[in-house]
Amino acid sequence: MKRMILVTVLGFSGAVLAEGGMLQESCAACHNIKGPATQTLKAAFEKKGPALFYAGNKYRQEWLVSWLQKPSRIRPAGMYYGGHIKPGPKGDEIDTSTLTDHIALSKADATSVAAELMKLKPHNDLIAKEKIESGTISKQMGEMAFNKFLGCMACHLIEPEYGGVSGPELYTAAKRLQPQYIVSFIRSPQAWEPKSMMPNKNLSEVNIQKMVHYLETLSKEATNGH
Amino acid sequence: MATKLVFLLLLTAFSVQAQAKETPADNYKAYCVQCHGSEGTGKGVNVRDMSVVPRDHTDAKSMSGRSDETLFKAIKEGGPSIDKSILMPPWGSTLSDEEINDLVQHLRMLCKCKFG
Ligand code: HEC
Ligand code: HEC
Ligand code: HEC
Repeated sequence: MKRMILVTVLGFSGAVLAEGGMLQESCAACHNIKGPATQTLKAAFEKKGPALFYAGNKYRQEWLVSWLQKPSRIRPAGMYYGGHIKPGPKGDEIDTSTLTDHIALSKADATSVAAELMKLKPHNDLIAKEKIESGTISKQMGEMAFNKFLGCMACHLIEPEYGGVSGPELYTAAKRLQPQYIVSFIRSPQAWEPKSMMPNKNLSEVNIQKMVHYLETLSKEATNGH
Repeated sequence: MATKLVFLLLLTAFSVQAQAKETPADNYKAYCVQCHGSEGTGKGVNVRDMSVVPRDHTDAKSMSGRSDETLFKAIKEGGPSIDKSILMPPWGSTLSDEEINDLVQHLRMLCKCKFG
């Protein structure tokens, strides 16, 4: 009995050290893993990657494990977008020469780092406030709301070749993100990131739920396409 | 006692920082350039697929047709509040009224123009 406890304790602290160590050593240079969120624009302009200190409130664990092994671009203009644009003949364009590939992890490392990230849940309060109403929306209706009535397409891609580029692509959002996070972030980006470059568009509850359902529809289609 | 003092100091530093006013140039660079462009001419990195092009803030002719109050309203409440496109978002949850007033003056500097 005593031995078992000892083994558990050792095993636990060993894992925490190793994984806390990896996040700290390999990721903290670009990612905020401890909080608080960015409070000034000076700091926002210096950001080298999205904040991960609320990762457990935000991501789907299975997505983290697979993306970390085979990362692909999510923000077409990198981070922060203003550092990756240049003037072109028709206006500003993305300067792809300044974008770099994300570090890829082995399966074992991806699995243990993902587990570590999922423990970071400082915003359980925000998540607990949200409820996902069941429902579906056709791609056409969703697109109409997203593009025309709500104006979200200005900053987000809803397919690889359609939409704005200063925000993350959204056709993969439902695969990447927990639905409560999506709802909460649309309701108030500033509750998560006071200096977010996404404005609060003051959506009604009905429209917020519509957007989650639409993003689910989009992600399913993206999966079927493979 | 000493720790309590340090904590209080940290707390003050933190809350002051959180409320600190940003310069209009920084606010423009962070929030407006994505659509209105790094030159303010309405040619931001996002515009390719937009059905309505963002206003050219350097265009004195059209900008002088807008009062400061109208510009303020457009920025705070978004395009639809002045019968313009939904693609112009509301920034009232991002910026304080004071910061929006500063941005209006920043726009006057970009267009080198006044109302009327
Ligand atoms: C050189 C800087 C850099 C390092 C080091 C780095 N990242 Fe990133 N990371 C980024 C950038 C930039 C992005 C945004 C990529 C995009 O949107 O296309 C990103 C995105 C991510 C995302 C997706 C987040 C989201 O919301 O889209 C995760 C998860 C992630 N990184 C985890 C890690 C982990 C774990 C490590 C350490 C093993 C790490 N990163 C190391 C720069 C870095
Ligand atoms: C002015 C540009 C802009 C507009 C308009 C905009 N967004 Fe965003 N959005 C962003 C940015 C930038 C982010 C990344 C979060 C951050 O950096 O704070 C984001 C993040 C998101 C996320 C989280 C995605 C992720 O991978 O973390 C969702 C979901 C989202 N937006 C949905 C919407 C919806 C729905 C609308 C329309 C009601 C909308 N956005 C309008 C810029 C915008
Ligand atoms: C998501 C893209 C987008 C962002 C970000 C954006 N705008 Fe706009 N803005 C537009 C579009 C599109 C129009 C044109 C609307 C129309 O003509 O119907 C516009 C129009 C305007 C107008 C003109 C209203 C008029 O007709 O007189 C002002 C003023 C303005 N924007 C200021 C700003 C400021 C200041 C910011 C940053 C805080 C900003 N915009 C950010 C898209 C954007």
